[in-house]
Parts: sequence; structure tokens; C-alpha cells
Amino acid sequence: MSILVTRDTRVICQGITGKVGEFHTRGCLDYGTRMVGGVTPGKGGETVADLPVFNTVAEARDATGANATMIFVPPAFAADAILEAVAAGIELVIAITEGIPVMDMARVLPVVHASQSRLIGPNCPGVITPGQCKIGIMPGYIHTPGHVGVMSRSGTLTYEAVWQLTQLGHGQSTCVGLGGDPLVGSSFIDILALFQADPETHSILMMGEIGGSAEEEAADYVKHHVTKPVAAFIAGQTAPPGKRMGHAGAIISGGKGTAEAKLTALREAGIEVAESPADMGAALVRAVEKRRR
Amino acid sequence: MKIHEFQAKDLLRAAGVPVLAGKVALTPDEAAAAFTALGTPVCAVKAQIHAGGRGKGKVQGGEQRGVELAKTAADAKRIAEGLLGNTLVTIQTGPEGQVVRQVFVESGCAIDRELYCAVLVDRRVGSPVLIASTAGGMDIEEVAAKTPELILSEPFDPDRGLGAYQARVLASKLGLPTASWRHAESFFRTLCQAFVDLDASLLEINPLVLAKDGTLVALDAKMTFDDNALFRHKDLVALRDEAEEDPSETRAAAAGLSYVKLNGTIGCLVNGAGLAMSTMDLVKHHGGEPANFLDVGGGANVTAVTEAFRIILSDTHVKAVLVNIFGGIMRCTTIAAALIEASKTVGFTVPVVVRLEGTEVEEGKKILAASGAKIITADGLTDAAQKVVAASKA
Repeated sequence: MSILVTRDTRVICQGITGKVGEFHTRGCLDYGTRMVGGVTPGKGGETVADLPVFNTVAEARDATGANATMIFVPPAFAADAILEAVAAGIELVIAITEGIPVMDMARVLPVVHASQSRLIGPNCPGVITPGQCKIGIMPGYIHTPGHVGVMSRSGTLTYEAVWQLTQLGHGQSTCVGLGGDPLVGSSFIDILALFQADPETHSILMMGEIGGSAEEEAADYVKHHVTKPVAAFIAGQTAPPGKRMGHAGAIISGGKGTAEAKLTALREAGIEVAESPADMGAALVRAVEKRRR
Repeated sequence: MKIHEFQAKDLLRAAGVPVLAGKVALTPDEAAAAFTALGTPVCAVKAQIHAGGRGKGKVQGGEQRGVELAKTAADAKRIAEGLLGNTLVTIQTGPEGQVVRQVFVESGCAIDRELYCAVLVDRRVGSPVLIASTAGGMDIEEVAAKTPELILSEPFDPDRGLGAYQARVLASKLGLPTASWRHAESFFRTLCQAFVDLDASLLEINPLVLAKDGTLVALDAKMTFDDNALFRHKDLVALRDEAEEDPSETRAAAAGLSYVKLNGTIGCLVNGAGLAMSTMDLVKHHGGEPANFLDVGGGANVTAVTEAFRIILSDTHVKAVLVNIFGGIMRCTTIAAALIEASKTVGFTVPVVVRLEGTEVEEGKKILAASGAKIITADGLTDAAQKVVAASKA
């Protein structure tokens, strides 16, 4: 099973004729993803990596039967690209683009939530079901098929965690990059619900960050709705207050969103907490073993 | 991007939000002249720095506060003298403080009550939200922590704006006299509109004042903007005051690097914000203190890495550097070549510990080993952290 994407997912790339879009389309093809086409307004009829390019998402969907899209459209136009994908009825919209204005996302999210589409990102590495389907920019080879569901607000930190899991012999069911922006399409809770319902996912590893309250809300959800073992790491435990650390989301202000508050909430929900970033994979193993006892 | 209070008030005034008349002064004489020109019995003389808490803050080695009332032109001059060119330390500046380069002289106002309001984007709700409280002028974080029921909140759609009814709900809950409700409707709705139109990320009015004449006035204004939206606000970019920013951070931004200076001795060079924060955590976990946060981004090339080393090594507190790269899209061979180039052009004046993982890692390690560059290689996060902490203390 896995969540969100499988070997049957049919994927298009919005922004496929751009340098980055083309590069990662090829990367996904190499991994074995069923890429079926791309969209760039005004470039319909061309081909990229032997895939047909369409002028609109609706045309691409009609011609290819695509049910997922990977968006590399530049930030100024990315919100519109998301809305176009939603309007065309694409089920899974994965926005990789970094740097979309927050107000644009505030306009997009109500439309997404009122639709049948699910949005992952923006400013995220994408989604991968190892051995089946990779939609995004993550290096495929560090993953291995298995039963740990992984989700995170950060890209390279997810790679680090996945690599540790792989080396410890724990494969992954699906890895989801939620995105580092203040407003993103899917939350930890949305993905926790999917992992909990997925029979192939036996345990869950999540990486959060300082700032906001998403991790606290996730902890509360785990406490009441998740029966599978969960481990977590919070990045930025030593970051000074009020400093923006790259991710717009990672700002602490006035004691809200501190690492300490998040760690407490996680522990109270019975989640195994990784003490350091070197301990993420091991924390997951501890969470699984504790449950066995 | 942050701006000064007087700049925020210019923007608010232009948007139709009531603010008091005021003038910027760069010298004590200008402050005295501003007092006379404003012609009100009392003026506030306010230090203009990119940090809050000015009212309670004091200049280094003195009793002068960041905001004081002047009743005469001579008062205004004296207060300006106490501030200009001096370093103001507030709860938000840290102990090192910030130099005051200009003051804002603002006319007085007959205050009935002090309130608080702010507009920001609420991640949980997924939309902008107007927050208000009767606890004006106070430390709002403390209010939120101790008496959350005093914090009122109304989310709104960016395109529809704040509903008039929402403004009335707030006016009622804030206990404003009904005669002031139409002022409140106008004030709150205009404020929210300005927030959306300017792509702000925070617009905080503390205190918001109910004046004796029943109107609402923004007595202070703190405004920051969404950096990602500045491309459509060229006029706002002109308001940037680089003197208020850390020069290394400005330089890093120009090179496409995300850099935040900290106070430790271990320089960090990492790809990805989450991993960069985690690397700082790791350093601290092993008894070291990070000197900075530095995310070279996904597309780091030789130029960016070289510049990153220049910036890190220009910090004289740095005793060792940890390079932690998880190559995904960025190949380890690229970063290895960039490191060798940086070692030649910048020169490694302190020990450099390198941990590479990911795409083309074996080739990358070979390149580093063959180069003879003065680099300590590490396997895995723990090994890297232990080596860099040891090197920094050697």
C-alpha cells in the first residue's frame, strides 16, 4: 500500500521546460516514476525527456490521465499553478517551489481545502514511496522499501533521517516533505492520519522544527488517534529566540513554539524523542522495541 | 525585512490608518526644532532601532530610556542627545544593544485607554488574523501566556478583508464606548487591508490608543515584511536600513546564502535549513557553541562556498569549522571541489572538519584526500561533532 503515491500514480510536471523542472523530471523517470507529461503555457506540442508538453493542466490531464502533479513554477506564478492543478481536478498536488509569498498561500489554501485535491508543500522536497514512485528532488538511492512512515518540515534533515533508517535496516513505506513555509497544504496531522490507516506503515518518524504549534498539535493527535509507535526530532533546539533560521516557519517568539514546549508535548504523548540529530533512526528503533515489550 | 517605526507610520498614514504627526531627527538640534514645529504641549522622543522594548530599554552605561516624553524643545534636545550615537539595550537587542542613529519626535495625544492589536498570519488557521487585547502597552507575550482569555482573535480572508461585523465584535469585547465603534470599524479594517496590500508578515500596534476624543490612534507601529513578496514591492525595498542589519548577514544574502551570526566558536556550513539547525544542535549536544547558522542552499557552487568560508572565517571568534553536507541534488564531488578551491583562495586559518554524505560521496572523499588540503574528515554526525568540538578547544 503506502500512502499518497504508488507505482500506478501518473505524474505530470508543471514547469517541465525550465532547467530545474526538466532536471528533476528526468530524476523521477530514472527512479521509475510514471511521469506522463508536463505543462508550460505556450510550449504545448514540445517534448521534454520524451514526454509531451501541454499548454494547460486540464489538457495534460485529459490526454494522459494524470492524477498527480509536481510543481517547479517560479515563486511569482506558483500560486496560480497550484490553483490551475486544483481546478483541473488533479488529486495530488506537490509544490516544490521555494519562496512563494505567504499571502498568495493564504489565498490558495481555502480553495484547496474546499476541493478534492490534496496539496503537499510548498517549499518541500516532495513525496517518495521507495521502490515505486518518487515525486520531488530527494536523492532516491538513500531510501529503501519498508514500513516506517517518515514526515518532516525540512528537506536535507529528512535525507539524514532516512539514511539513518536505511543503515539500521529499517526501510520506509512513504516519506513526505511537508514544507518549511508558514502556510503549507498538509500538516503533520493530515499525514499521521494517512500513516495510521495504512497497513504497510508500522511505525512513524517525524522531524519538526521550532516555531509555530504544529508539533504540539501533532503530539496531541498521536495521543488520541495513533496506535503505531512514533519517534520524533525537533530541529533548532539551540537556536536563539527571534532569529530566522532559513525556514520562514522557524521563528520563536515570546516562548511560543520553543523546542522545550514541543519536546514536552511529544514526550507526554508517548513519543520517543531523538536526543540529537544523530539519534533519529535509533529513536525510531527504540520506539518500535518499546512497543514489542 | 524590518523597517523603522517612523517608516511604518508613513505607510500606515498613506493607507488611511490614524497615526500622530511626527518628524525624524538626526541631531539634537533637529529634535528641538521638530518639537517646536509640531506645536503640541508634549512630544515623545523615540529611538529608532529595529528592535522592540525601547520604552523599558536603557542606553549602555546610563539611565536614558529609549522612549521619553519632552515638554519643551530643550527637553527634546536633551533626550535626543542621550540617545543619538549611543547604544540602546532592550530585551530584544540582546546585551550588545543597537546604536541609535535617528530619533522620531512625535506629537502627544490625550490618552483614555491603552490597547493592543496586531495583524499576522496564523499558521494553524491558514489565514491572516487580527489580534487585539485590552492589555495594551504591556508585554503581550506575557499576557498571552498568563491570561490567554484576554487575547481576542479574528481571522480574515485576504481578498474579502476584515468584516465590519468582526471589527464591531472586537470593539464590543474590548469594551470600547459605542460612540467609538465606527472609528474602530474603520481603524481595524484599514489596518488589515494595509497588512494584505503591503505583504506584511507582522503589523503590531502596541499600544493602540483610545484617545479622549473617542478616536483610535496607532501610538506605536512595528512592521516586518515577507521577504518572498518583496519582488512586487520595489518601493518597500528602498526602506531597508542596512545600518540596522549585521553586515555579514547582508553580505551572505547577496551571495544567496542564509546566514545568522551567533556567539559561539564553531563555524557551521551546511546545506538545508533543517539540517543546519540540527547541526547547531549537534555541536551544542557535544559541548561546543555554534558561531553561526549557515545554509548554503541546494545549488551551492564554488563561488557560494568560497564566500561562505570568507564570511565564517571573518568572525574572529571562530576556532574551528564544521562542514556538514548531505548531498541530494548537490553532489559531494561539487562540494569537495568547492572546498579545495576555498582552501586555496581563502586559506583555512582554523581546523576544518568535513562530513560528507549522499550523492557521489565516495568520489567526493577521494577528491578531498588527493588534494592534500588541510581538512579533517569525519564519518557520520557524531564523529564530526566530536572532532570539531575537540579541534575548537585544542
